[in-house]
Amino acid sequence: MSEPRAFSTACHRSLTRRGASFLAVSPACRQAFVVAFAGYGLAGPAVFFLLVLFLLPVVGVFFIALTDWQLGAGSFSFVFLANYREAFADPTFRASLANTAVYVLIVVPGTLFGGLTVALLIESGKSCRSFYRAIHFLPFMATVTAMAIVWEALLHPTIGLVNQIFAAVGLSTANWLRNENTVVPVLGTIGIWQNLGYAMVLFLAGLKSIPRDLYDAADVDGADLWIDRLRTVTLPLLGPVSMFVVIVVALRALECFDAVKVLTQGGPGNASEVLLYTLYRESFEYLRTGYGAALAVIFLAMVGILTLINALVMDRKVHYQ
Amino acid sequence: MSAATSVNRLSLLAGILRHVVLLVTGALILVPFLWMISLSIKAPGEIFHASFSFWPVQFYGIENYKKALTETPLLRYMGNGLMVCGLILALQILLCAPCAYALAKLRFFGRDLIFGLVLAGLILPHQVLSLPLFIFGYKLAILNTYSALILPYVVSPFGIFLLRQFFKTIPDDVVHAARLDGLSEFAIVWKVMVPMALPALIAFAIFSVVGHWNDLFWPLIAVRDLSLMPPPLGILVFKNEEAGSDYGPLMAASTLVVLPLTIAFLAAQRWFVEGLTGGAVKQ
Repeated sequence: MSEPRAFSTACHRSLTRRGASFLAVSPACRQAFVVAFAGYGLAGPAVFFLLVLFLLPVVGVFFIALTDWQLGAGSFSFVFLANYREAFADPTFRASLANTAVYVLIVVPGTLFGGLTVALLIESGKSCRSFYRAIHFLPFMATVTAMAIVWEALLHPTIGLVNQIFAAVGLSTANWLRNENTVVPVLGTIGIWQNLGYAMVLFLAGLKSIPRDLYDAADVDGADLWIDRLRTVTLPLLGPVSMFVVIVVALRALECFDAVKVLTQGGPGNASEVLLYTLYRESFEYLRTGYGAALAVIFLAMVGILTLINALVMDRKVHYQ
Repeated sequence: MSAATSVNRLSLLAGILRHVVLLVTGALILVPFLWMISLSIKAPGEIFHASFSFWPVQFYGIENYKKALTETPLLRYMGNGLMVCGLILALQILLCAPCAYALAKLRFFGRDLIFGLVLAGLILPHQVLSLPLFIFGYKLAILNTYSALILPYVVSPFGIFLLRQFFKTIPDDVVHAARLDGLSEFAIVWKVMVPMALPALIAFAIFSVVGHWNDLFWPLIAVRDLSLMPPPLGILVFKNEEAGSDYGPLMAASTLVVLPLTIAFLAAQRWFVEGLTGGAVKQ
């Protein structure tokens, strides 16, 4: 291990300043050494586990993805990109990609619009703010597995509340989770229900940070109606927050798993197969380790792209201000 | 009629409209929770009869909750959840706080590299790691034990990051003063920094406990024995193997699983909001 930088510069400075002999160790030098030593001691255990539990598995997953390994099999051989080729040719995985895309495209705009509307309404008055905020935030922290079972009861074709209400008001009923046309939109609705409160609190924080004098300035400029103030001040200034909400909700939507596992197991057919569910099935039910690892790499690439966009946008936001 | 009264009347109308819309959206959000409680106190006959009423004709709550607690080891699941979440959190704080302090306040070679590692870990979705971690657990022969549920989470990049950010706001003079008082670096972490970082610690604790109490993905992979399952996995097994669509006991079990965090949330709303939004929202 090479010498700590802080340690060597501090020692060098004290040695030259005092013109001391090589053997004399100044207090500043000893201090810097102690600090560096403490740094390794204090960070060491966490770094060890970061390497073993994060870095090593990521490297491992890229490596395994190049093999045809099946869990339990004694040997494996390198197939290089064959797993990726197989994935993109596989109807199940293609369905999974398409369904995930549709799911994200339902959840993100729904959550964004819903969260923004609720946040604007809450912020437009003084009373009951924390009450409304608590109600709308509740699903975000509730156990998805348990709540998915409740949704199954709500969506039950004969005794479910949804079909009862739809029948009572003359709308057509359906077996929502067993119909390939409705299953993804229904899962998307559950996703919106779950994430709306999250978007709401992010927007509430964004609204709080808008300086009041901008509204006064808008008043002077003749923006009397709330719609004018919304259009000229509020919405433009919520731009960066909105972008952040889009990315984080998209990331959460990409990670959709629990509701699918509980409610549909990817069915009917492949109609609700989503990325993480396919990954789970291939890796841990069919034990196709190499192939599952390739799916994990594809999933990671998508998350990486979204994170990169987020970083770039946040970077630009800094330049604007 | 003057302009002022019409503006007043308009704002009164807007105020009423605000409550109406928020009560409607709030009611829609709450429907699954209310229906869960409603079904958990209804008799099977009444559930299959399908009615709109929240309150049951015949109160069947005791039977349903008794069934949920006796036909499935629900208390065991919740005990498992409590223990696993508690141990994960304790280990995370034990490992993250010293590392966060080193990254925030000490100068040493490789510090930026370590921080880069933390940031990379922050971005990684944990599901990507599940396959190598599963193999790792298999090699260590810890699959289907509590260790398998705990080990992958003993260090949290988010915990290190959050605490580092907080420690950075504490003036260096505090650290210097503690050193002059003769405290070791280790003692500075636990006796000076951590007590001062209590708000960040609470936010992180909520983030961690909520995340692990609710997690289904990893427990599904890591354990098979009923006696080891945390609540989400236990309730899934209860649904698939016992209850099916016997919704009364199933809803009673769901209510009991959701209840502890809901109560905690209602009691400490602002901490939950801060913790679960990753510190992006400060109240």
